[in-house]
Amino acid sequence: MRERIRGWHVVLAGLVVVLAAPAAAVSKASQLPTKIGAGEGALSVVEWAGYTDPSFAKQFEKQTGCVIKRKDAGSSNEMFNLIHGGGGGGGGQYDLVSASGDASLRLIYAGDVQPVNIKLIPSWKDFLPAFKSPPHNTVKGVHYGVSLQWGPNTLIYNTAKVKPAPKSWSAIYDPKYKGKITVPNNPIQIADAALYLQKTKPALGIKDPYELTKPQFDAAVALLKQQKKLLLRYWLYPADDIKDFKTGDAIIGATWPYQTLQLQAAKVPVKEIIPKEGVTGWADTWMLTKRAPHPNCAYKWMAYASTPPVQARQALVFGETPVNPKACPYMDKLQKGSCAGYHLNAPASYAKSIRFWKTPVKTCGWGGRNDCMDQQAWNNAWASITG
Amino acid sequence: MAVDVGRETGPLRGARLSLSGAFWRRPWLRLLVLLLVPAAAFVAVYAASLGAMLASSFWTTDSFTAEIVHTWTLDQYRTIFNLDDPTYLRIAARTIGMAVAVTVTDAILAFPLAFFMAKIAGPRTRSFLFVMILLPLWSSYLVRIYSWTTILSSSGPLNWMLNGLGLPDANLAFTNKGMWIVFTYVWLPFMVLPVYAALERIPGSLLEASYDLGGRGLRTFRSVILPLALPGLAAGSIFTFSLTLGDYITPLLVGGPGSSLIGNIVSEQSASNLTFAAAYAMVPVAVMVLYIALVKRLGAFEAL
Repeated sequence: MRERIRGWHVVLAGLVVVLAAPAAAVSKASQLPTKIGAGEGALSVVEWAGYTDPSFAKQFEKQTGCVIKRKDAGSSNEMFNLIHGGGGGGGGQYDLVSASGDASLRLIYAGDVQPVNIKLIPSWKDFLPAFKSPPHNTVKGVHYGVSLQWGPNTLIYNTAKVKPAPKSWSAIYDPKYKGKITVPNNPIQIADAALYLQKTKPALGIKDPYELTKPQFDAAVALLKQQKKLLLRYWLYPADDIKDFKTGDAIIGATWPYQTLQLQAAKVPVKEIIPKEGVTGWADTWMLTKRAPHPNCAYKWMAYASTPPVQARQALVFGETPVNPKACPYMDKLQKGSCAGYHLNAPASYAKSIRFWKTPVKTCGWGGRNDCMDQQAWNNAWASITG
Repeated sequence: MAVDVGRETGPLRGARLSLSGAFWRRPWLRLLVLLLVPAAAFVAVYAASLGAMLASSFWTTDSFTAEIVHTWTLDQYRTIFNLDDPTYLRIAARTIGMAVAVTVTDAILAFPLAFFMAKIAGPRTRSFLFVMILLPLWSSYLVRIYSWTTILSSSGPLNWMLNGLGLPDANLAFTNKGMWIVFTYVWLPFMVLPVYAALERIPGSLLEASYDLGGRGLRTFRSVILPLALPGLAAGSIFTFSLTLGDYITPLLVGGPGSSLIGNIVSEQSASNLTFAAAYAMVPVAVMVLYIALVKRLGAFEAL
């Protein structure tokens, strides 16, 4: 009897495997919508923590009836995984992703996001010229999303415990602070090391911290391997970073302005600076996934998030700079002098001091070379540094 | 059955009878129909996903589009077993070492506790201890891990207590030692319960017989209790070992630099380089197969 059952099991197994094989994804030719239809009652986003903060999202939910479901990501890789995993295109789960420049091109080329009709975003025409059709979200004139906010990755330190006040990124490679340093758990962190080496080791000839030849890349990786011995930890979620500075386990590190604002609000004596070597930074885009289940609510949100009052409020919640300069008076109304504080009155010169995240690819943007290290090499190197 | 047989019309009755006849003549058919749903679920959920994972581990991923390229290759395994850059071997070794350390610690902690519960404690104490062991499982695993980050932090209760006793700081926050403590705590109930079940089944008369034959405490433990408790220890160790092997949240929250386990790498690469993640995820599967074979060889399953 046993033998017979086994035979049947094999047949059964074959049958179920055939049934369980995923139906080939049928891709519909996506046509740009010409108007935003009625909301679907829900909106599901993958975001950086605070990007749909209730302080400005509540009003949107009330106006449109689109209830926001949030999934916070801690790194660009995690964002990419969330959208690309589950069958791709947001898995039919997620509508929008607030992708930074080091994830946006990957999402476009992986076919996970769809073109957006920019005419449906009324505030777009007011954007800073640099963020209207930037190369990280616009390919061959096709917009794959709406620029959102931008800002620097800063150096944070505890003013009571770190003296004298640091001026250079050398502080996070300094054995003096052994066991008290934190940095983000994100492969793009290699660019921070490259930027530091560009200024401190000119012999390496680093032209662009995201376009590194093998020797330049190896030097940055070696620096980070040295740094690992000095670290408290690599943080993935901003909440963990905040916690470490609150408990005093961490006293110096690389962070985002968001954490600094949260810590200062909690009366932790921290300060952030833009070190003399300059900083890396992000320029984020709301991107619409290919299989978005609530596209109308997504368009409504992209339009809403670009309006000056919302841009101003988000900028102050997260500590970043709007792409819409009309947000300036609203920022000043919410917090005096904040428009100048976040350099929205002089965006061009400020933006030049920030090296924005971008996806590392084989083609170097300089010297016509084709031997730069790509994202996969960055991911592998990051695993060998942190693991 | 609520069917009124007397009123049943001809063809329906005939069909029912021939069906029941068919089942009677072919017992395997009856068994097949009974097992169809659970077997299908097993095949679809476990076997098919494992098979898909195994297959993808022999493919590669386009590094720019993250598209899977369906050409058969051993590249992913070459990356893992690359002796020039032993990153992934190091992480695998760390994961297995952590799983062994946690399993051994849990076994040492669980055995006396389970023995006390099974053989010494009265019914009231026993139920109290059961509740105490199960209580943590009622709260979220995340909350318990986060509370451990507070306990271990440099300004946390642990150092406060140590300093109060005149001892120096423990410095366990974000270290592999801290991770070992947290893992040991989180999986302890999964060791206590099977060991308790095994010890509870040992008849008291066997212990008395051992004493009558002159076996003292240690001898009785070695020759009577331990062999009979082995299946429980084996079952518990399979839980603690495999749970540690697959975990990635604990290292993320309490681990420091150099605390990545296999699960962390798999979770980071799961979409951007799915084929590598699949290949790396085969490592714990292979380790578990070897481990279970070893446990079976030691005879731990014979008494089950």
